[in-house]
Amino acid sequence: MRHKTLVMQNVLEDTIVEFQDRAIADRNLDDRIKDIPGWGMDADPDNDPTYPMKHWNGADHERLDYEKAPQQPLDIEVLHSIERPSVTRVFGTSSPPSGLSGAVRRFAFKYSEATATHWMGLILADRINVIEGKIDDLAHGILPNPWIERGWRAEWKHNRPAFVRQAATTALLITAGIMLLKRKNKRK
Amino acid sequence: MIAMNFRGPRQIRVDRNKPEPEIKHPYDAIVRVTRSLICGSDLHLYHGRVPDTRVGMTFGHEFTGVVEAVGSGVQKLKVGDHVLVPFNVACGTCPHCKQELYGNCHESNPEATAVGGFFGYAHTGGGYDGGQAEYVRVPYADVSPTIIPKGMDLENAVLLTDVVPTGYQAAEQGGIQKGDTVVVFGAGPIGLMAARFAWFFGAGRVIVIDHVDYRLEFARKFSFAEAYNFREMKDPVLFLKKATDYFGADVCIDAVGCDGTGDALQSITGKALMLQAGDATALHWAINSVKKGGIVSIIGVYGPPWNLAPIGSLMNKGITVRANQASVKRLLPKLIDHIMSGRINPKEIITHRMPLEEVSDAYRMFSGKMDHIVKPLLIPPRANAA
Repeated sequence: MRHKTLVMQNVLEDTIVEFQDRAIADRNLDDRIKDIPGWGMDADPDNDPTYPMKHWNGADHERLDYEKAPQQPLDIEVLHSIERPSVTRVFGTSSPPSGLSGAVRRFAFKYSEATATHWMGLILADRINVIEGKIDDLAHGILPNPWIERGWRAEWKHNRPAFVRQAATTALLITAGIMLLKRKNKRK
Repeated sequence: MIAMNFRGPRQIRVDRNKPEPEIKHPYDAIVRVTRSLICGSDLHLYHGRVPDTRVGMTFGHEFTGVVEAVGSGVQKLKVGDHVLVPFNVACGTCPHCKQELYGNCHESNPEATAVGGFFGYAHTGGGYDGGQAEYVRVPYADVSPTIIPKGMDLENAVLLTDVVPTGYQAAEQGGIQKGDTVVVFGAGPIGLMAARFAWFFGAGRVIVIDHVDYRLEFARKFSFAEAYNFREMKDPVLFLKKATDYFGADVCIDAVGCDGTGDALQSITGKALMLQAGDATALHWAINSVKKGGIVSIIGVYGPPWNLAPIGSLMNKGITVRANQASVKRLLPKLIDHIMSGRINPKEIITHRMPLEEVSDAYRMFSGKMDHIVKPLLIPPRANAA
């Protein structure tokens, strides 16, 4: 299989017709509109890298002195980047920080977005939050349902060989682990 | 209401009793979702690659819906309007919005200054619950939401919330000149759209690189592009150099982002060890495949804090990098015209239409590229409610 793959890898590069770019470019571009709807209609010779896309109107120099919407009431805890003076005039209210993950998030938000401490702290908080979510589910009588939640149903329907292979590998690893543990216990 | 509920990386369930959103601000609207899409960038959340993605959040930043309620300050929208809701939450009055950079609004995301506010995209995107639900709270309702033009197919309308403008901006950022050779890395929905729109700017040749054969076939048909599988190459950069007279492409578009593949070092450091924000193989190839003085357009999403990229080549080759989140509102008039004039029919990329209740299956299928999926559409049970 590996040999076959390597052979295939060599084929595409080694057989490509060199100098095809020029040959293709030599085609009459004006004919393209017949083949491809919309060809060339948005072409803009001014749109080269030195032409700014931004419609500069000087607003940047207002800095933070611009017309702002009313402030959304702060009726939940909203963490904000220390690179801005306060929360934005509107914000999302999904999943406010809570528990241990919330404490880690509060710590992470003491650092700027330029630091690894900020982002790695948030990723750590995310992983803790997953465990908190499981505990919360159990506390509310919700049992894990990997068949649905992990999309195993879709995997079984559309990718059965891979699903069976993965399940068999997992079962094998778990069995091997249990046997190893049993053997260690016997020796003791 | 029924809503998608994130429970951890690769774990999603449907909540049947999530509280319906309420008006929180005078400029808010509440929208009953009629169509919602899963975006390739939602997979970055699904895979656990975006920091501050909290358990319990509802994803979804591509949706259409009917206005059910408006705040006291909303003037343009009224109850009953059927709108497409751009993924950017934008205030319309900050310096960035005033200069049409609606993807970089300064008043919609308290959690990060590096990112604008987006629906359903972690707290790094502002902490807004998204559109993979029956109802959504839409802030700054008078700014971005746009009434769906009469006669426009609803599936084309929902694609205008992200995929179409994002693909268009990827090509636009490339500064494509007539006759240019454009290479697009990634044959996902954005890559397909970017390749298709490259022709609108006058490209002479469009090449798509991916490793999934059915998507490459899709690129040949939908995007009229040459399409090649990098798994059949030893070195994709060498392949592209040979394919462009040993000169390099005029423009390279990275439409992959942090879920790339194809380079062991990138995969190990980016995905297995998480020492960088995902796998930046596509960006690496783009910088190396573009000509000297060429343009690299980045539209693929990369998370914070950093990625391995050949900055030395960038400098030595005099490459210009142009990148941004799509400014949907800026592009809508032009793109609505392209669709209504029949120059492009974006809904051709929707391959799967599924009920919202099967959202976990849809994510797994999209993530695993099962059943030749290109773009999954979710239909909430109350989509057609009177």
